[in-house]
Parts: sequence; structure tokens; C-alpha cells
Amino acid sequence: MTRPLLSLRGVETFYGKVQALRGVDLDVRAGEIATIIGANGAGKTTLMMTICGTPRARHGQIEFDGQDITRLATHRIMHLRIAHSPEGRRIFPRMTVLENLQMGALLNPERDQTFDSDLKRAFELFPILERRQGQRGGTLSGGEQQMLAIARALMGRPKLLLLDEPSLGLAPLIVRQIFEVIRELNAREGLTVFLVEQNAYHALRLAHRGYVMVNGKITLSGTGAELLAREEIRAAYLEGGRH
Amino acid sequence: MEYFVQQLINGLTLGSIYGLIAIGYTMVYGIIGMINFAHGDVFMVGSFIGLLLFLMIGLTAATPLVVIILALIGVLIVAMALTAVWGWTIERLAYRPLRGSFRLAPLITAIGMSIVLTNLVQIAQGARVKNLPPDIKDRLAGGFTVLRGADGFDAVVSYRQLVIVGVTVTLMAFFTWLITSTSLGRAQRACEQDRTMAALTGVDVDRTISITFVIGAALAAVAGVMFLVYYGAIDFYIGFVAGIKAFTAAVLGGIGSLPGAMLGGLLIGLIEVFWAGYVGSEYKDVAAFSILALVLIFRPEGLLGRPEIEKV
Ligand SMILES: Nc1ncnc2c1ncn2[C@@H]1O[C@H](COP(=O)(O)OP(=O)(O)OP(=O)(O)O)[C@@H](O)[C@H]1O
Ligand SMILES: [Mg+2]
Repeated sequence: MTRPLLSLRGVETFYGKVQALRGVDLDVRAGEIATIIGANGAGKTTLMMTICGTPRARHGQIEFDGQDITRLATHRIMHLRIAHSPEGRRIFPRMTVLENLQMGALLNPERDQTFDSDLKRAFELFPILERRQGQRGGTLSGGEQQMLAIARALMGRPKLLLLDEPSLGLAPLIVRQIFEVIRELNAREGLTVFLVEQNAYHALRLAHRGYVMVNGKITLSGTGAELLAREEIRAAYLEGGRH
Repeated sequence: MEYFVQQLINGLTLGSIYGLIAIGYTMVYGIIGMINFAHGDVFMVGSFIGLLLFLMIGLTAATPLVVIILALIGVLIVAMALTAVWGWTIERLAYRPLRGSFRLAPLITAIGMSIVLTNLVQIAQGARVKNLPPDIKDRLAGGFTVLRGADGFDAVVSYRQLVIVGVTVTLMAFFTWLITSTSLGRAQRACEQDRTMAALTGVDVDRTISITFVIGAALAAVAGVMFLVYYGAIDFYIGFVAGIKAFTAAVLGGIGSLPGAMLGGLLIGLIEVFWAGYVGSEYKDVAAFSILALVLIFRPEGLLGRPEIEKV
């Protein structure tokens, strides 16, 4: 078995006195798509942000690419080539689409050579962004912002892509498109993806490995297919069938 | 008419100085949402550093004009560098440790820092007015007549004024380019708009904030040296009045907006000079503060500021 690219051991995160993560253990292996599903408030976003060091884990250890990143400053963690498309998209509102993409490219030390081709690829994945290049991020529609957030993350040519609810608020057709893009990047370029999704059916079908989070703890893990087959998962996260 | 043109020239000169200081207020406010009350005193420190440098060089009446101008450029550069170190240190010592603390905390240390700087200079340099060596002052006082008046009053642009406006325009063009078109400027705006996301894209937020203070202090040093060359005399208290006027300029232009700070500076300079020229110089400072009050009442976002409502 290959060494995991990302591994968390006993990670606990607090907001003041409130504990949001209660000892999380998980691994994401290089080249795989991992997903984490869970109810609102389970701690999924907190987990993603804790990996990036904001907020910081109070206990436990986070390793990335063989390096302990638990106490590293956020920008240093990201420069190890982790890109995050966070909850709420967080597009820079008063920067143009192009400038937002330039911000994303900061993680890539070879950006001077690769920027043009990376930009072209981003526009191929999301053609609408090319037409909106000069528009301010804050004036894009929600769906366009989501695409921009993913494209921005990809511009850094990350080793690990974190995606927090990329399908939120998007039309079903666009959701399918985005999941298709993720699948393709993973298959073609071996991009490692760690995905948080409300849309558990899509996420588990896409992922090689899934984790279920309840109340700040991982309660179940397995391959996507295994989790999809389990009765309690179907009942808790897939009621109403296939979204 | 000549009188009007002369006031216009004087107003633009003074306004350039205010604009340079105002940029420091607006940039710091933009990036950490704090009014840096010590900024006026950084301007004062820059002015004193300039004065000491001029005294060290020791120009005389025989020095050719070219050398004086070269000396001025040299003084500007060294004063910018030294004042920038002050700006950096202040941020490091007084503001960074309080980041993430309650909102008023850095404001209080800023006021404290302002008092510290004022007193430091007062102790080190004395409370009395200090003069630029008359040789330098007189040599830069000459100029050309732009409009000859029938009654013997000519509108004149002095070399000093040309230098001040020229340097200001150059620096403002340079910094506008820096902010709008370089990766440093983008990082700076990113920190302004969403600090957490900036860090998530790999921006070193603390370093970017430091750089903002360094830039603001360097520009304040330029303003300080210009003020020194223009008036020829300074004391430890100039930072207070000039600081408040520049702050007014930043608010008038729209705090957080770089072009706003420049425009606001020019307007405050013009208002002050025209008020003094046509109404009387007793109340010229009151004019600036009345405008601050009116802006805050009728257009709190300033002339070029953006209203607070926006889609995020
Ligand atoms: N900044 C904060 N301050 C205090 N508590 C917070 C903060 N952010 C999150 N929490 C709390 O931490 C818990 C986990 O929140 P988190 O956002 O990680 O959940 P989530 O699994 O991402 O939920 P959702 O599916 O709704 O996005 C929640 O109880 C939430 O109220
Ligand atoms: Mg969430």
C-alpha cells in the first residue's frame, strides 16, 4: 500500500470552548478521490480548514507529503501544494476573474512558465469564465463563482485539492459537469482530491474512499461503493433516493 | 486672476503633501480596518530625518543647483528607507501582537504610539522650531512666472513647488501601478478583501501587512521632506495637524480608496489655501474640519469610496 499523502491522527479543533472536532483519524492516499459526508454542523468544513491551519488543531497531528504540518503557518501549508476551494467560495469580490485566477496560481513556483497554458486549460474546463475574464468576481452569479473557485484552486497545480461543497446552489446539469471535471482530472492527471459534499450519492459514487462524520468524529469509513450499500447510510444521507 | 492662479498653484502643492500622507491612512485602513493614528507622527519623523540629513550634507550658498537637486533626491531616498524602518517597527511592536484582539485595542496603541513618537522627537530635537539651512531654502525658492499681472502681482511657480508636484505625481503613478498590476499589489488587495482566503491562496498575510506599513511610511517620509523644503521650518508638533488634515483627505476621498486619498488630499489643500487667501487665515484649519464633519454626515463613504452594501 502506498503511504498516505495526507493523514490526520487524533485531531481536535475548538472554537473557543466549543469543540468541533473530537479526535479525527483519516488518510487520503495519493491519486485517490476521498470524500467526507455528514449532516449540517458535523464538522466537515472545520476539518478542511483545520488541515489548512485556520483554525488550528489544538490536539493531534496532521501530516502531508511526509511532513508534519500541524503547526505550520497557513500560507506555508498551502505552498506545499494544497489548494482549497472553501465553503462559500470566497471569491475575491473586487478582483476580476483573471486576477482571481492569478491569485490561485501563486502556489505554483513555475507559474511564470505555465500560467498561460494553465489559464487556457481553466477556460477549457469552464468556458463561461473566459467570457467573464474582466468582470469583478463579486458580480458573478453563484454558479459562476463556484466554477471560478474550482478553477482558481486548479491554477496552483496542487498535489491535493480540497473541495468544500462544490455543488452547493448549482443547477443539476452544472453539478454533473463539475463532478465530471473532478473525475477527469483525477483519472487523467492523478490529482488527489478530498471532497466534502451534501450530495452524498454523487460524492460516494465518485470517490474511491468515503468517511462519514457525525458530531466531530469519523464514525464509518470504507470504499465509496461499500458505504453506498450500507443501510444506515442510505437512511441517513440518501433519503429521497438519488438527488 | 493672477491671484487666483497663484492660489491654485499653492493649493495643489499643499494638496500633494496631504495626498501622500493620506495614502498611508487609506492603505492601512483598507488592509486591517484600523485608523493608524501614529501615521501623522511618522510623517513628522520623516521630516526630521530629512532635516538631519540636510544638515549632515552641509550645503552652502556656493553649491551648484544641480548638486542641491541631487542632494534632495539622496535625502528623499535615505529618509524613505529610514522612515520605512520606523513604520515597520511600529507595526511589529504595537499592532501585530494585538491582531485578533478586540477592535479598539490597536486604536488605543496607535494613539499611544503617536504620543511616544511626538515626545521622543521633542526630547531628542527640542521643542523649538528647527530650520532648514537658509542656503538650501533660498536656492529652491526661485521659479518661473506663469502669469504676469497688470498690477505687478505675478503668479509664480517656484522650483520647490515643481519638485513637490513632480515627485508626488511620479510616486502616485508608481504606486498605482504597483497596486493594480503587480503580484504584490494583488496580494495586498487580496488581504484587504478576504484575509483568510488570501492565506489559503498562499499569501503571507503578516508580511503583506508589514509591507503596507512600510509603503505608507515611505510615502509619509516623502511628504515630510517636501513639507520641510516647502516651509523651511518644522517642529515636533507638525505631525498632529498635518496628520488630521491628511486623515480628513482620506475620509473625504473615501477611506480605503487609493485614488480617493489622492483626490481628497488635493481638495483639502485647495480648500485650505483658498480659504486662507479669500476668507482669512485665522480659520483655515477649521475649514478642513468642517468638511470632515459634513462628509461624515452627508456622504460617509466619501467621494470615491464604495457603499458598504455589496454582494459577497
Ligand atoms: N467560527 C465559528 N465559531 C464558533 N463555532 C463554529 C464556527 N464555525 C463552525 N462552528 C461550529 O462548529 C460546528 C461544525 O461546523 P462546520 O461548519 O464544520 O460544519 P459542517 O459539517 O461543515 O456543516 P455544513 O454541512 O452545514 O456546512 C458547528 O456546530 C458550528 O456551529
Ligand atoms: Mg460546511
